[in-house]
Amino acid sequence: MQENNTKRVVYVVDGARTPFLKARNKPGAFTASDLAVSASRSLLTRMNASVDIIDEVITGCTMPGPDEANISRVIALRLGLKNTVPAFTVMRNCASGMQAIDNAMENIASGKSDVVLAGGTDAMSHAPLLLNTKMATWLGGWMSSKTIGQKLQMLPQLRLNYFAPVIALLKGLTDPIIGMSMGQTAEQIAYEFDISRQDMDNFAVKSHQHAAHAITENFFTEVSPIFDRKGNAYLHDDGIRADSSIEKLAKLKPFFDKKYGAVTAGNSSQITDGACFMLLASEQAVEKYQLPVIAKLVDCQWAALDPSVMGLGPIHAATPLLKQQHLSLKDIDFWEINEAFAAQVIGCVKAWNNADYCKQFLGLDSAFGEIPKEKLNVDGGAIALGHPVGASGARIILHLIHVLQRNNAKRGLASICIGGGQGGAVLIERI
Amino acid sequence: MNNFTHWQLKQDDRDIIWLSLNKANVAANTLNREVLEEFERIVDDIQQKENLAGLIIQSAKSSGFILGADIQAFTEIKDANEAFELVRKGQIIFEKLENLKIPTLALIDGACLGGGLELALACDYRVAHDNRKTKLGLPEVLLGIHPGWGGTIRLPRCIGALKAMDLILSGRTVPAKVAAKIGFIDAAVPMRHLKTAAIRFILNQPERHKAPWYDKAFSISFIRQAVGSLLRKKVMVKAKPEHYPAPYAVIDNWVKVGIDNEKAYITEANSIGKLLVSDTSRNLVRVFFLQEQLKSLAKHSDFKAQHVHVIGAGTMGGDIAAWCALRGMQVTLQDRSSEQVAPAIARAYQLFSKKIRDKRLIQAAMDRLIPDLEGEGVSKADVIIEAIYENLEAKQNLFKTLEASAKPSAILASNTSSIPLDEINQTLNNPERLVGIHYFNPVAKMPLVEVVKGQLTSQDVLNDAIAFVRSIDKLPLPVKSSPGFLVNRILMPYLMECVALVDEGYSITAIDSAAKKFGMPMGPVEIADTVGLDVCLSVAKNMIAHFGGTVPTRLESMVSQSKLGKKSGQGFYTYKDGKQIKEPAADKGEHDELITHRLIMRLVNESFAVLRENVVESADLLDAGMIFGAGFAPFLGGPIHYARALGKDELTKIFNDLQSDCGKRFEPDTALSEIII
Repeated sequence: MQENNTKRVVYVVDGARTPFLKARNKPGAFTASDLAVSASRSLLTRMNASVDIIDEVITGCTMPGPDEANISRVIALRLGLKNTVPAFTVMRNCASGMQAIDNAMENIASGKSDVVLAGGTDAMSHAPLLLNTKMATWLGGWMSSKTIGQKLQMLPQLRLNYFAPVIALLKGLTDPIIGMSMGQTAEQIAYEFDISRQDMDNFAVKSHQHAAHAITENFFTEVSPIFDRKGNAYLHDDGIRADSSIEKLAKLKPFFDKKYGAVTAGNSSQITDGACFMLLASEQAVEKYQLPVIAKLVDCQWAALDPSVMGLGPIHAATPLLKQQHLSLKDIDFWEINEAFAAQVIGCVKAWNNADYCKQFLGLDSAFGEIPKEKLNVDGGAIALGHPVGASGARIILHLIHVLQRNNAKRGLASICIGGGQGGAVLIERI
Repeated sequence: MNNFTHWQLKQDDRDIIWLSLNKANVAANTLNREVLEEFERIVDDIQQKENLAGLIIQSAKSSGFILGADIQAFTEIKDANEAFELVRKGQIIFEKLENLKIPTLALIDGACLGGGLELALACDYRVAHDNRKTKLGLPEVLLGIHPGWGGTIRLPRCIGALKAMDLILSGRTVPAKVAAKIGFIDAAVPMRHLKTAAIRFILNQPERHKAPWYDKAFSISFIRQAVGSLLRKKVMVKAKPEHYPAPYAVIDNWVKVGIDNEKAYITEANSIGKLLVSDTSRNLVRVFFLQEQLKSLAKHSDFKAQHVHVIGAGTMGGDIAAWCALRGMQVTLQDRSSEQVAPAIARAYQLFSKKIRDKRLIQAAMDRLIPDLEGEGVSKADVIIEAIYENLEAKQNLFKTLEASAKPSAILASNTSSIPLDEINQTLNNPERLVGIHYFNPVAKMPLVEVVKGQLTSQDVLNDAIAFVRSIDKLPLPVKSSPGFLVNRILMPYLMECVALVDEGYSITAIDSAAKKFGMPMGPVEIADTVGLDVCLSVAKNMIAHFGGTVPTRLESMVSQSKLGKKSGQGFYTYKDGKQIKEPAADKGEHDELITHRLIMRLVNESFAVLRENVVESADLLDAGMIFGAGFAPFLGGPIHYARALGKDELTKIFNDLQSDCGKRFEPDTALSEIII
C-alpha cells in the first residue's frame, strides 16, 4: 500500500503495570484511575526526558467509575501532565488496552503524535450495582412528585423486586446479542473442538505453575508496587496459587453451564483489578530526546467472528497479520494468547492445527500449524494472574517484550479474544 | 471628592460608589491613623450626598482585602490613655460607616483580618471570593489584644454570641465558605459572580444577617455570667490567664456589659487600651515581627522547586515528604523496601485528610507523593533531602552517589541532627553543595526549619535552601553547623537539668507543672518522652562529647531497659495506646520557683554560649528559633529577651545562687555581660 511507505516506526520506550489484584467480593483498595496513575507514575518518574514531551494519553477501560468519565483525561490530569495534553478513552471489551496501544501506534505512525502514554486499566471489583428499570422509573416519579400527598400516593406502588440490583459486571460478561455468558462461549469451543475438563484443568495448573515460577525467578520486572491509603503495599499479583493441582481444580463445579458443563472458576481467568501502561514514541522522538527503547511495534490487526465462539478471535486476527508481514508460524519466537478461558486458548491452538477450520474460516489452503507449547504463555496467563479486562491487552504486549529480552529472541505475537466475537493481535520485535 | 492618597473612588452608572483601598507605598492594605482619617472624610462626604444607590468597599491590591491594623503602629503607643484615644477614634469612624443611610457592602477578595473584618462588619453586607486565599477572622488574641473597633460587639450581633466568642477567643481564621456558613459573610462566590452578587445585595437590600432569636437570652446578666464561666474553662485548656489575659478580657467585658447598648464600645476600647501596652502584647507583637523577619530571609534567592526527592521514609523522612506534597511539590519518596515506605503513605493520607477537606485535593496530594523504591526521582529533583539513619559513612556514600546523578542545580540537603556537614561533605567533588535542612518532629506541627551552613556550604546554596523552606510554608532559620545546631543545643541542658531534678527526687508532675506555669507548652519530662529517650541520649552524648558535661546515668539505664518514652509505652510516664496516664500532682507547687530557675537558667545560659559562638546571627533570630522550634513561651518574647527583661543584676543573682547550690554548671557564660547590658 502506498500510505504504508510513509508510516513512521513506533517504539516502546518503557512499560509498567500494577500488581494484578484479585477481586474479593467487595470493592478493592483502588479505583481504575488510581491503578492507572500508580502504574504510569513509575513510568514518568523514570523517564529520562521531561514528561512535557508526552503528546497525548490513550487509555483502554471497560468499566470506569462514575467519577471517571473519559478516564484517560482523568489519568492525564492526575499525573500532573499539562492541561494542554489531550486524552481519550477507548473501549473494545477485553481488548481495550490493546486498542489503546493500536490507537497510539496509528497516531505516531501517521505523524499526529510523537510520544504517547497508552495502556489500559480496570477495577472490576468496583463494577457498580445498578438499579433495575422498574426501580428507576419509580424513582423518577418519586422525584418529580412535588407534594407530600403525591409522594404518599407513590409509596404503595413500590415493589420489593424493584430493589433487585443489576450487577453490571455480569451484564458486561454476557453477550448482549446472543445472550450467552462468556463462559458459555468457552463451553461452545470445548464442544466444537472436543476439549475435556481435564485438558482445561491441566492447562490451568500449568498457568499457575508458570506464573509462580516467574515470581520466584523475578521475571515480572514490569510490575511496580502500589500502596494504599491505609499503609499496605501490594508487590505481586495476588491470584497466583503455586499449590494449584489437578485434584483441587477437579473439585470445582462448572460455573456457567452448571449441570453438564466443564468450564469452572478454576480454569477461567480471574476477576481482577489492574493497570498496565506503556510509553510509545516515534523514531524521531527517540532520536531527539535520546529515549531508550525496548521494542518495536510492527503491526496490529483486528478480526471479527461468530460471537458464540469469540474465544477463537486470536487466530482470526493473527492469521491476516502474519500474512501481511509475510511470516509463518515458525518465525514467531514467543506467543501470548490471553487466557480468558483455558478452553478458548486450547481451542485456538487446535483450530489453527485443523485444516477444515483453517479452510472454512481463515481463508487458508491447509492447517496453519501448531503453536509449540513451550513458546506459548511461558510465564502463565490470566488464569493465574487475573484479567482486568481493560488492562490485559496491554499487559500481554508488555510482558512479551520482557520474554523476548530474557531469551534474546526477536519476534513475538500477542493476541487476545474479545467478547462479542472479535480478536486482536500485535506483532512486536525486540530491539 | 477624588483626591486621596490611599483610597480610590468611583461612581458607576447605577450610582453605586466603589471605594477601593490602595494604601500608598506598601504591598498590603493595613489600617493606620492616616488611612482611617481619609476614610472618615470620604464617609462624611457620602453622608452629605443625595441620590446614591450604595457604597461598596473593596481592595485595589491583589494581596488581599485588609490585613488588619498596622501592627508597627502598636509599638509607638506610649500608654493606655493614648491607646484608648486611638481605638476610640477608629470606633467612631466605623460607627459613621454603620450609620450611613445607603446600603453598604464589603467586597472581599483575599485576606480580611482583624480591623479589616471589623470594617467589613460595620457594613450592611459582606460578599467574599470563595478561593483559597480568602481568609477571614479576628486573630487579635494572638497578639495579646482583642478586637477594638467594635468587633467584639458587631460579630456577636451578626452571628450570635457563642459563634462569635469561638472565633474571637481562638483567633482562628476561616475560609469564605465557612464564614458564609457561620453567617458573617452573606455570600461566598467564585470570582465570576463577585461583582454581580455585590451589586444585587446593594440594589435588593435584603435583610441583614442577625444573631439567632435565642441570643436575646444573653441580654440577661446572670445568663451571661453562667456562659462566661463555661467559656473561661474552655479557654483555660489552651492558655492561662496570667500568660494570655486578652481572651479572658473579652469574656469579662461581655459578661459585664453585654452587646445591647453603646456602652459596650467604651468598655471594649478601655480594655484593649490596657492590653495594647501590656508586656504580653508587646512581646507577642515582637514575636509577630520575628516571624516576619524569618520569612523575609527567603528574599535573597528566587530558587523555585517543583520536585523534591526524600531519601529515608522513617518518621522524619516520611513526614517531610508528606509535608512537601501537601504544599504542592511533586515528591518522590525513596527507601530500601516497600515495608518502609507504606506506613509513610498512610501517615501522609492522614495528614492530608486533616489539612485538606476537599476529597479531590486530597487525591491530588496523594498523586503528588510518589513511592520510589529505585530512586528514580534523584535525577529529576530540584531538592534532595536525606533523612536516613545517623551514620557518617552511610551518609557520605549516599551523597557521593547523589552528587553524581542529581541535576547540577539541585539542592543536596541532609536532615541530620548530629553529624557535622563538614564531615559528610568530605566525599563530594563539590562540598559547597551540601546544606542542612533540619526539620523538627512532628514535622506538620513545628513551624521552624533550621537551614544549616557547613564551613564549605556556599552562600548561594544556603540562600536557595532558605527560599525552598519558605516555599513550603515553614520558617527558615539559618544556623552554623555546630553540634545540636540551635534548638537542640539549647534544649539539651534544659532536659538534662530535668533528669537531674528527677534524680534528686522531684516528681515528674511537679517538674512539668512548673515549666508549664512558666509558659512552656509542654513540660520537659513530656518532651523527653515524646522525642524518645534513646534519641535524647544519643543527642546528649553527641553534644557532651563536644561541649563537656556528663550523661545522666538514669537516662542511660532507662534506655538500656528499653524504656524509650511514648513510643515504647514506658518512659518517665507510662502510656496506654499512645496516651499518657495521668499521674496525681505530687505537690502544690512549693518548688515551682526553684525548678523553673534551674530549668530555664540552663536554657538561658546555653543561649548565651550559642550567641557567643555565632551559631545564629543575632539574639533576635535566637529568640525566634526557640519560640518557633521549641515553643519557648511566646509571651516572654524568647530566652534572650526574657533574660534582658530580668536585667543583669537579677540574672547574676539567680546564677550565683544556683551555682552555690548546684555547682559549676550554673556558672554564667562569659557572654552574659556582653549580651545583657
